[in-house]
Amino acid sequence: MRTLQVALGVAWRTLHNVVTNPSLLLPSLIFPLFFFTAFAGGLSSVRHVPGFDYPSGYTAFQFVFVLLQSAAFGGVFTGFGIARDFESGFSRRLLLAAPNRTGIVYGYAIAAIGRWLITASVLTVVALLVGMQVGGSGVDLVGLYTLALLLNLAAVLWSAGVAMRFRTMQAGPVMQFPVFVVLFFAPVYVPLTLLEGWIHGVATYNPLTRIVEAGRGFLSGNPTEVGLAYATGVALVVLFSLWALRGLRSAERAG
Amino acid sequence: MYLLGRRSVVRTIRQPANVVAPLLFPMLLLAVNSGGLKAETQLPGFPTDSFVAFALAVPFIQGALFATMNTGTDLARDIQTGFLSRLSLTPMRGIALLCGQLGGVILLSLVQAAVYLGVGMITGVRIASGPAGVLTLFVFAALVGLAFGALGAFAALRTGSGEAVQGLFPVFFVFLFISSMNIPRNLIEATWFRDAATANPVSYLLEAVRSLIITGWDGEALALGFGIATVVAVVALAASSWALRVRMAR
Repeated sequence: MRTLQVALGVAWRTLHNVVTNPSLLLPSLIFPLFFFTAFAGGLSSVRHVPGFDYPSGYTAFQFVFVLLQSAAFGGVFTGFGIARDFESGFSRRLLLAAPNRTGIVYGYAIAAIGRWLITASVLTVVALLVGMQVGGSGVDLVGLYTLALLLNLAAVLWSAGVAMRFRTMQAGPVMQFPVFVVLFFAPVYVPLTLLEGWIHGVATYNPLTRIVEAGRGFLSGNPTEVGLAYATGVALVVLFSLWALRGLRSAERAG
Repeated sequence: MYLLGRRSVVRTIRQPANVVAPLLFPMLLLAVNSGGLKAETQLPGFPTDSFVAFALAVPFIQGALFATMNTGTDLARDIQTGFLSRLSLTPMRGIALLCGQLGGVILLSLVQAAVYLGVGMITGVRIASGPAGVLTLFVFAALVGLAFGALGAFAALRTGSGEAVQGLFPVFFVFLFISSMNIPRNLIEATWFRDAATANPVSYLLEAVRSLIITGWDGEALALGFGIATVVAVVALAASSWALRVRMAR
């Protein structure tokens, strides 16, 4: 019960800060929209490449990537907030006041979900307005958004672990850069089968590829690699939960 | 001017992030895009069968964006720490400060160009315009570095805030992405995107570099690229000189 109270308190405060501060809210809304515009608009002729056979079209193909990217970066941006809380001294007071400190991590995770839901709603509405074709059923779409939610959780837990170890905003690139690399070493512009050379090898073993490909399958109504994608998502969440909780212990030791 | 130029170079070298980021990030984006978009070379009308050769123009412009940020942030720090105010008590002319600062940016632009070209050649890119084209690429990189650096200086002198200068980065990023960065303009299907890319001066900067690498000597592309870079440089230098006079009012 105490854990839940702490989690809800931290989540409310974090979300309130984000929603009432345009400099925090707007980048997480604008960047996915911008990438969606640049990729789906600028590269739509890629659908004519021999072998490109995604049934819902290039807009839907890119929407899935940008949705997953927004989920991952929503988590990272929340990590920036955690680092800022440490820099401002708020986290020290929070650590002293919270009857159950694990709730702090849960609270940030809930906030990351709330933050991403705002972004995902705007992105989805914009994609539908520009004529994105949805081939999947309601169940398929739940599958897609749940996968994105797992990625959002994994990213915020990763970032929380980094923020709680470094306790400074200067750790921002440490949170952001690996996420950026893992995302862009997945099949971003064309399906895995059309990638050639070293990037095909990297993308094949990149765990995020399973999530991206399954997400695209859900949106087009032809689910593929669902079990593997969910197993990957859950494994990432479990792994980074441990990472974040150990980060919390590190912050506790540092006082 | 020499002393301030030297200070600008030394200060850049002493902050590894200022040197590494403009080299590493464009190379990373080049690696990702050239791998991921290689299939695009199969589109009818694509100008080359090497996407690395096509995409090699992007780091030149992306590196210049970093130059903007570095110059602006350094100059803003000089304003915030009071260094500029102390300089204004000396007989030094404002233009010397500007030239010194931009001298450091031009040097960094040339180093970046050498690295980008080196990486391109190692990965098999052959410069269609030959050794004279390579020389032209260096001149162009210096000119674009000067133009964007002067823009960064203007932003710093007007706002006096490093944070405000950093806030410009997304704006420049938008210009880069809504251009012919990833695909030739004639192959862009979405009309609105093609129009935006055509109206975007960054497209012509990219196409000037691309023409030297892929086509050889394309007078129109070079005239547009050099023309736009020169106009931006002249306007930005005039604006930053004016802003400096206001900032250093004795």
